[in-house]
Amino acid sequence: MAARKDSRRAFISAGVRGLGAVALGGSIWGYLLHEQSQAIPYALRPPGALDENDFLATCIKCGQCVTDCPYDTLQLAEVGGAIPIGTPYFFPRSIPCYMCPDIPCVKACPSGALDSSLTKIEEAKMGIAVLVDEENCLSYRGLRCEICHRECPLMNKAITVEPHPRLLSKHAVFVPVVHSDACTGCGMCEKACPLPEAAIKVLPPALAKAKPGEHYEFGWTTQNSLTKDFLPQEEASPLPKEELKSGLDYLNDSDLQEKR
Amino acid sequence: MFPRYLILRRIVQATVLLLFIGTVHWGWTLAGAPLLRGDLSASEIAGRIPLADPYATLQILATGHLPGWRVLVGALIVIVVYAFLGGRTFCSWVCPLNPVSDMAGWLRRRLGLEDGMRLSRRVRVWILALSFPLSALTSVAAFEWISPIGMVHRAVIFSVGTAWIAVVALFLFDLLFVKNGWCGHLCPLGAFYGLLGRTAQVRVGYDLQSCTHCGECTLVCPEPHVLNLKLAAERGMVDWGDCTNCGRCVPVCPEGSLQFAWRHQCRTAAQAPSAGVSHEE
Repeated sequence: MAARKDSRRAFISAGVRGLGAVALGGSIWGYLLHEQSQAIPYALRPPGALDENDFLATCIKCGQCVTDCPYDTLQLAEVGGAIPIGTPYFFPRSIPCYMCPDIPCVKACPSGALDSSLTKIEEAKMGIAVLVDEENCLSYRGLRCEICHRECPLMNKAITVEPHPRLLSKHAVFVPVVHSDACTGCGMCEKACPLPEAAIKVLPPALAKAKPGEHYEFGWTTQNSLTKDFLPQEEASPLPKEELKSGLDYLNDSDLQEKR
Repeated sequence: MFPRYLILRRIVQATVLLLFIGTVHWGWTLAGAPLLRGDLSASEIAGRIPLADPYATLQILATGHLPGWRVLVGALIVIVVYAFLGGRTFCSWVCPLNPVSDMAGWLRRRLGLEDGMRLSRRVRVWILALSFPLSALTSVAAFEWISPIGMVHRAVIFSVGTAWIAVVALFLFDLLFVKNGWCGHLCPLGAFYGLLGRTAQVRVGYDLQSCTHCGECTLVCPEPHVLNLKLAAERGMVDWGDCTNCGRCVPVCPEGSLQFAWRHQCRTAAQAPSAGVSHEE
């Protein structure tokens, strides 16, 4: 009887010790995983990457996208860096994504972490360019730099140049404006910025975009629930078109001469 | 006792890494497609045959994500190959950490550091079992995120630095703390392949008639519990999933009682004890 009790005690204590070891090891391991997987998503992912959490779960860390990238844009994250281990990323300031029309990185991905339904590279959402430093941007300082605009592969769609009034001068400045619906986050603008540290930088979409309140209605638009009752019954008659004179006539116009 | 399998294993290990490196850095191709693209987690031969780490694939499935078909098919191919060759054949013929572990073991024998901490070989099975609920809880493939195997072969193939810390840590752990510590006690990938290796067709055959029980084989074996000679005599072979088919025991056996053979040959040899294991292989 006593012997059986002893063996039962030994069995229970071994079991408890085993469970303790599993719990301790499991919680340390789980903590490490949690730390890495919940890190702030600063990494820019290849085109077609799933949402960061799904991407981190699905990517098998094989580097086939890296191998097939013809510009050596993509790299695999190393041990102990800020970017989760073994996953592909790119730094546009070093090498941006040159937006290959056949998207070889997505084709190479066997795991589905890069979504193969992306067939037009213009629809990629690797990130969004943000003019992070207006104080130092040459365009904001009054120069006609606009290099980012001209380097943008979707020029006039993803980056436009807009006039921007200046406080003490009657001259406007012309500043680059990013349109997030068209921007793919390729980073050519960040690469091209002539400042020693780029004034325009690509951020992951999750960091670059604000979210408006769901109840917001914009009264100056006519396509919303508040203004729909006040829409004009009939289409307003179009304004009479002003006849455009040629430039030569315009300059010789008496009106202009009188002003002098 | 020329260590022919040791040299052959080093050649195979180096060739596998070289094929990966050549494809990524020097653009090696076969039939117009990258020769061997990827790494040991997932790869593709000549753009046609996908391969994938079945353990990594199971962890991804445990996170609740369905990987693409190339990973699923690739994992299936690898499972079939290793179910035939013996799962842990990966460990001693392919895994890039095997030379590190072997080097530590060799130095251990040279320096007479035979004693050390003891650790149950079942720990790796626990780690294997733990990795699946952890993958589900954290939504990332639990072992792939801490795997020193992954760190090292990515470092070698894609020239990503700092993974050498993992090599040094493993080497010191094996040298100073537990004999064959990582590969023989902790590695869950080895445990996984150990489970997969139970159906292996390639095994080390054992001939009871010629064996003198000198024990040379257990001295060099990294998993000495598989050299349970009583069981080996019954089955005519070293029939354990844990056997890595490294072949170290084959040339050290002074009587030639241990030889690689097919499973069915060993079976028939064991049933007719007087015949012994066929040495033709």
